[in-house]
Amino acid sequence: MDFIASHLLTLILFSPVLAAVILFFIPRDQDDLVRWGAFVFSFIPFVLSLALWFGFDAGQAGFQFEEKAIWYAAIGSSYHLGVDGISITMVLLTTLLTPLAVLASFSIKENVKAYMMLFFLLELGMLGVFLSLDLLLFFVFWEFGLVPMYFLINQWGSEKGEREIWGGRKIPARTYASFKFMIYTMAGSLGLLLAIQMIGVAVRTYDMTQLFLIWPGLRELPNVPLGLSISVVKSIAFWAFAIAFAIKVPVWPFHTWLPDAHTEAPTAGSMILAGVLLKLGAYGFLRLVLPLYPVEAKYFAGALGFLAVMAIIFGAFASYGQNDFKRLVAYSSVNHMGFVVLGIAAAAFASGTQDARIALNGAVLQMFNHGLSAAGMFFLVGVIYERTHTRNLDEFGGLFPLVPVYGGILMFTSMASLGLPGLNGFISEFLVVRGAWPIFTLYTALAMIGLLFTGLYILRGLKQVLQGPLNEHWVGHLTEINTREIFVIVPLMILMLWIGIWPGWILDVINKAVVMLF
Amino acid sequence: MQFPILSVIIFTPIVAAVLILFIPAERKTEVRMTALAAATFALLLSLWAYFSYDVSAGGYQLLEKYTWLPALGISYQVGIDGMNAPLILLTGVVMFTGVLISWGIDDRPREFFAFLFILATGVFGVFVALDLFMLFFFYEIAVFPMYLLIAIWGWKETREYAAMKLTLYLFIGSVIALVGALAMYFSSGLGTFDMLALEQAGFSTRFQQIWFPFVFFGFAVLGGIFPFHNWSPDGHVAAPTAVSMFHAGVLMKLGAFAALRVGIMLMPEGAKMHMPWIILLSLVNVVYGAYIASVQNDFKYVIGFSSVSHMGLVAMGFATLTRNGMIGAGVQMFSHGVMTALFFAVVGMVYDQAHTRDIPRLSGFRKVMPLVAVAFIVGGLVSMGMPGFSGFIAEFPIFMGVWESHPWIAIVAAISIVITASYIIRIIGKVFFGTIPEEFDHHVHDVTVLDKVALVFLSGILIIVGVYPSIMVPMVESGVDKILALLGGA
Repeated sequence: MDFIASHLLTLILFSPVLAAVILFFIPRDQDDLVRWGAFVFSFIPFVLSLALWFGFDAGQAGFQFEEKAIWYAAIGSSYHLGVDGISITMVLLTTLLTPLAVLASFSIKENVKAYMMLFFLLELGMLGVFLSLDLLLFFVFWEFGLVPMYFLINQWGSEKGEREIWGGRKIPARTYASFKFMIYTMAGSLGLLLAIQMIGVAVRTYDMTQLFLIWPGLRELPNVPLGLSISVVKSIAFWAFAIAFAIKVPVWPFHTWLPDAHTEAPTAGSMILAGVLLKLGAYGFLRLVLPLYPVEAKYFAGALGFLAVMAIIFGAFASYGQNDFKRLVAYSSVNHMGFVVLGIAAAAFASGTQDARIALNGAVLQMFNHGLSAAGMFFLVGVIYERTHTRNLDEFGGLFPLVPVYGGILMFTSMASLGLPGLNGFISEFLVVRGAWPIFTLYTALAMIGLLFTGLYILRGLKQVLQGPLNEHWVGHLTEINTREIFVIVPLMILMLWIGIWPGWILDVINKAVVMLF
Repeated sequence: MQFPILSVIIFTPIVAAVLILFIPAERKTEVRMTALAAATFALLLSLWAYFSYDVSAGGYQLLEKYTWLPALGISYQVGIDGMNAPLILLTGVVMFTGVLISWGIDDRPREFFAFLFILATGVFGVFVALDLFMLFFFYEIAVFPMYLLIAIWGWKETREYAAMKLTLYLFIGSVIALVGALAMYFSSGLGTFDMLALEQAGFSTRFQQIWFPFVFFGFAVLGGIFPFHNWSPDGHVAAPTAVSMFHAGVLMKLGAFAALRVGIMLMPEGAKMHMPWIILLSLVNVVYGAYIASVQNDFKYVIGFSSVSHMGLVAMGFATLTRNGMIGAGVQMFSHGVMTALFFAVVGMVYDQAHTRDIPRLSGFRKVMPLVAVAFIVGGLVSMGMPGFSGFIAEFPIFMGVWESHPWIAIVAAISIVITASYIIRIIGKVFFGTIPEEFDHHVHDVTVLDKVALVFLSGILIIVGVYPSIMVPMVESGVDKILALLGGA
C-alpha cells in the first residue's frame, strides 16, 4: 500500500499505457473482448484518481503527492509530478470522461483494437499535461497528445464529406480536418517550444516550482537577440505561450481548426476533444502563463479579455447560423470556453483581489462544467447521427414523440449547457461574470449579450430536432436511445445536477488552490 | 591481458567477409547464415562495449595500442569515449538489421555481403581510431566498397551515375582533409599521428584558422553539409536497401564524427573562428533540406533529403560550440542513424512489393503490411521531433545550444519542424492509408518475419532512448565535456 500511496500519480499516469499494452495482446478478431477489456481497464485510472481526490488535503498549500525522478539531467529536466486544487479537478474530469467515452465507442466496428489503444495513449497525454510540474515534461505530453487524436480523426472520423483544397483537388473531409488539427497545433506550439528553450537557457532548470520563483523576477538574459530589452523579450515570450494555449482553447481568431476537427471526429473523439483537450489550453494559462508572466499578463489582460469576448459573441453567432447539428455544438464550445478565458484575463488584470479570485473560481469550474456538458452534447449528437446518418438540422423535426427518453435527456443536457439555474453551467458562468464585472465592465456587459445568444442557438437546436411538425420520414426508423447509451449519459447528468444544486464540494477545493496561488 | 574488444569488433566483419568468399557461390543460404552470425556477434560485442563504458570515469576507455610504423609515427591505436560509443552501437545495430532485411537479395549474395562487411570494418575503424593515419586508412576502406555496392546492386536507372558522383565527391573531400591532416603532422613537430598527442600539440592560432576549413569541409562532405550535399540523395536513392541504410544511417555520421574529431578537437581555435558562418550553412541544410524533401514525389528521395535536413542539425549542434548543442548533436547522430535506417528499410519493403516509389501511385499499404506502417509512423514521429521519441531528446538540446549562441537561427530553424511534420503526415496518409489500388491488390504481400524483427528492433531503440534518455545522454555528456575542455583550454 505504501508503494501505491507514494507513487499514486505515476500509477494514474501510466495505467492507461498498461491497458494499451494488454489490449495489444488480445487477438485481432476478438472485438467484444477488446471492448469490454478497454472498458474495465479505463476504470483503473478513475478509481485511482478517486483515491487521489479523497486523499487530497485542500487546506494545504502547494503541490501534493509530489514525485521526482531523474529524467533528462543534462538539460535540467526531471520527471516531476504533483497536483494542486486546479489540476486535481482536471485529472478527475479526464479519468471520468474516458470510461464514458470508451463505452460510447462500443459502436465502432473497424479496427477496434487500434482504436482503443489510441484512446488510452490519448489519456496518457492529457493526464501528463495536468500532472507535470516540469516545463519540459509538460511540453512532452502536450505534443504527444496530438498523435493519437490525429489518427482517431483521420481513421475513424465520419466517412462522408469532401473538402476542396487549393488546386481544386478534393480530399476526404476527415483527412482535411485531421491535417489541419495537427499542423495548426504544431505550428502554434513552435513559439511555445522556442520560448521554453529560451527559458531553459536563461534559468538552467525546467522545474516549475523553481521557475515560478526565478523567472518572473529575472531582469537579465544571456544573449538577447538583436539587443532587445528584457521586457520586450518577455512580452514576446508571453505571447508565444499565450498563442499556443489560445489555439488549443480555442480563442477567437485561432479557433478555425475546431469546427472541422469536432465535426469529423468520431463521437467519443469529440467527447474527449471538447471535454478535455480544450481544457489543456485553459490549464496552460492557469498553470504557466499567470505564474510565469504576472507583469505581462496584467499588461496584456485587456487584449486577452477582448479576444475572449469576441469568442463568446462570435461563437454564439456562428453556432446560431449552423445547419449541421455537430457544428452547432462545436461552435458552442468556442462560446463557452470564452468565459473561461474571460475569467482568466480578469484575474490577470486584478490579481490578488477578491473579484479576481471569484472570476478564477468561475473559470476553473467552467472548465469542469463545460467538460461535462460538451461531452454530453457531442455524445447525444452522435446517438442521433448513428441512427439517422445525417446531422442536418433541417432533416429532423418533431422527433420528441418518437424518442421521448432521448428527447428528455437532450433537453436536460442542453439546459445545462445553456446555463439554466439549478444546473452546473449557471454556477460557473455566474461566478465568472460576477468576478469580471468590476474589472472589465464593458467586456462583461458584451459577454452577457453573448450569453443571450447562447440561449437562442440552443433553443433553436432543440426546436429543429425535437419540436415542430414531425418529419414523417423517421417514423419507424428512429429507435430509442439504448441502455448502453443511457449508462454513458446518466453519470454526466447526475454530476450536472449535483454541481448545480450543491457546488460546494468541488468549489471548495478549487477556491483554496486559487486563494493560495494567486 | 584485457580482451581486445574493439579490435575484435573492427575485424569481425572483414574476417566474416573473407569466410563468406570461401563459401561456394550457389550455397546462398550458408552465405546468409554466416553473414547473420557475424552481424549478431558484432552487435553483441558493440552492446558489450557500450555498456561496459564507465561514464563516471570518463575519458578514453578500452584502449589498445600497437606500434605499426614507428619510423613515421604511425601506430594502431583505438579507444572509445562518450562520443563514439553510441556510434559503435549504432553501427552494430544497422549492420545487424541490414543483414536481416537483405535476406532476399538473390543476385550474388556472397559478394554483396562481403562488400557490405568490408564497409562495416571501415566504419567501425573510423569511429574508434585514435591515430590520424588509421582514421584515414579506415575511412577509405569505408568509402571504396560503396561504389561497387551501388554500381552493381543498385537501382538500374541511375546506379552508375550515382555511384560515380558519390565516390568522386567523397574522394575529393577526403583528399582535401588529408592535406589538412598532413599539414598538422608536419607542423606539430612531434612526428606522430597519435591524435591524443596532437590534441596537446598547441598549434598556433593562425595555423588553426587557415587549416581548419580543409579538414572540416573535407569530412563534412560525407556529413552532407550544404552546398556539398547533393551526392547524398542521389546516392541513397540508387543504392540497394541495406546499403542505403548503412549509408544514411552510419556513413553520414562518419563524416560528421571525423569533422568533429579531427577538425574541432584538434584545431579548436580554427573552429571558434569559422563556426559562426558554418552555422549558416547548416541552417540552409536544415530548412532547405526539409523544404526540398516536402516537394519530392519519389518516396526514397523524400527520405534522402530528410537526411540532409537532419544531418544539418548535427552540424548545427557542433557549430554552436556549446555544451547543450554538442550533447544534442551527439545524440542526434545516433537517433538519426537508427531512424533513417528504419526509413530506408520501410521504403525498400514497399518498393520490393510495389515496384514503384512514386508516391501518388502508392496507397493503402497499411492493409497488407500493418507492421511496416506502424514502423514508418514511429520513424516519422522521431523525424518531426515528437516528444517521447529519440528525435526530441536530440533536437531539443541542439535548439537550446543555438539559443545560447545565435538566437535568430533557432527561430528560423524551427520552421523546419513544421515542414517536416507536413511531409511526414502527407506520406503516412498517402502511402499507408486510404484504399489499396487495383494494380497492387493481391500482388502485394506482407513482409517476412526477419523484416519484422528488424523493424521492431529499430523502432524499439527509438522509443527507449526517447522515453529514457539517461541510457545515452550522460555518456555523450562525458564526451562533450572533453571537447569543451579542449575548446576552453586552447
